Amino acid sequence: MSDPFTTQKKTSPILIAILLVTFLLSIFSIFLGFNSYVEGEAESGSTYMILGATTLALSGYVLFQTRKRIFKLALETQPLATTMLCEKCSLKNVRDFQRGDYIFKEVEPCPKCNEKMVISSIYREVKEKGKEET
Amino acid sequence: MRLKFMRDEGRKVAIKTVKEIGKPSSDPTQRVDQFLEYFAISPVNLDPSGIILRLEHLLDVREIRFMDDVHLMAPQADETQTNNLENMLEAALALNIIYKIMRHYYILGKKTFSLYIIMQLQMVLPLIMREAKAYASALKAFTQGQPIGDGAGALVAATLMRKHEKTQIAKDVVMAKVPMEGRTTYVIKAKGPGGNVGKPGEAIKRIIEENDGKIALAIVIDAGLKLEGEKPGEVAEGVGVAIGGPGVEKYKVEEGALKHKVPVNAIIIKEDVGDAVSPMRKEIVDAVDNAIQRIKRLILERSKEGDNVIIAGIGNTIGIGQ
Repeated sequence: MSDPFTTQKKTSPILIAILLVTFLLSIFSIFLGFNSYVEGEAESGSTYMILGATTLALSGYVLFQTRKRIFKLALETQPLATTMLCEKCSLKNVRDFQRGDYIFKEVEPCPKCNEKMVISSIYREVKEKGKEET
Repeated sequence: MRLKFMRDEGRKVAIKTVKEIGKPSSDPTQRVDQFLEYFAISPVNLDPSGIILRLEHLLDVREIRFMDDVHLMAPQADETQTNNLENMLEAALALNIIYKIMRHYYILGKKTFSLYIIMQLQMVLPLIMREAKAYASALKAFTQGQPIGDGAGALVAATLMRKHEKTQIAKDVVMAKVPMEGRTTYVIKAKGPGGNVGKPGEAIKRIIEENDGKIALAIVIDAGLKLEGEKPGEVAEGVGVAIGGPGVEKYKVEEGALKHKVPVNAIIIKEDVGDAVSPMRKEIVDAVDNAIQRIKRLILERSKEGDNVIIAGIGNTIGIGQ
C-alpha cells in the first residue's frame, strides 16, 4: 500500500527546465537581433529583438509567479497578545502569547504591588483590508 | 495544490506536536495517519424515533475512542494537553477529509470527461478553501492551546463564575452558583482550559430537574455566525437554544425546557466561520462586557427577585480557565 501522504515538491524540475530553455532562447534571439542591426538588417533585427524581449519577460513573469506561490503557501502563526491584569492595583501588562497561557491563569507577581497578576484576555488584532459594510 | 499543502502541513504539525508534548516511546506517525482516516457512520434515519439517543451514543463512543488513541499516542500529556491534542487531531482529520473529497470529484470529473463535475467543483472551491483555511488556523491554535472564537460563550460564563466555588455538574461541565441582581444564577461552562465543549445540554437538564423545574429563565450564550457585512463582536438577542453541533445537547435543553415550561433566551456574539475556529479576535473579547450587560438586563426584565436563573456559556473552552 502506498503512503497516502506524500511530501510536497516546491517547484517542478520540468517547469524549471522549460523556463531555462526559454530563457536561453530569448537571450539567443536578442543576440541575433543585435547582430542583424550591426549588419544593417534593421527589419529582421527588430523582429528578433521584440521576440527575445517578449519571451524573456514572459519566462521571468512565470518564474516570479511560481516563487510567489511558494512564499504564500505556509501555515501562518498569528501573533497573539496576552493581557495580564493586577486585580488589586489594576495595572495592565501586555506581552506576546506563550504556550501554557490561558485566560484567568495566575501568573507572575505585579511589579507595583507584588500581588499575583491574572491573564485577563488573550486575543489577536485583525487589520481590515477594506470596509466590509456597503 | 493548496488543499494538499494544508493537509500535509496539518499532518506534519500534528505529528510534531504529539512528539513534543506526548513524548511517546515509539514513532507516533503510523497512529496519527490511522487517526486521520477515522470515520463515523451516522445512525439510520428511516425510523427517526430515538435517533438523538442513538446519535449521542455514537458520538460518545467516538470521543472515547479518540481520547484513548490520544492517550496511546501521547502518554506523557496531562488532561489539558490531551484535550488540546484531540482537538488538533480532529482539525487535521477535517483537512484530510476536505482534501480527499475535492480530489475525488476532480479525478471523477477527469475520468468521465464531465465538464459539469469540474465546473461544480470550481464554483464551490472558494467556499471550501475558506473552510480549509479556518481549519488550518484552528490546528495552529490547538497546538498552542490558544482560545478560539467559538469560546466566546465560555468566556462570558468564565467571567461570571470567577471567584465562585465550582462543581462538576455533567461530563466536562462545571457549574457555579452566582448571586446576581437578587437572583440565584447557575452559571455553567465546559471545563477548561483544555479544548472541550462538554455536555451543556445534560447540565442544563440536570439543573432544571434538581430545582424541580423552578427555573424562571434560562439564558444560553454562544458564538453565532455573522452574515457578510455585519461586524464581528456584535451582540444579538433572541429566543431558543443557541447550541451548535449535531443537535444532541440542543435537544436535551429543549426537552427539559418544554417539560417544565422554562423560557429559553439566547445571546449570540457574532463572528465569521473562520473566526470561530481561529484564535480569538479582540472584537470578540471586547464583546464579553456587552454580553454580560445584556444578561443582567434580561434577568432584571424577565425574572423576579429570589428566582433561579440558568446562564450557560457554550463553546470550546480551549485557553479559557474558570
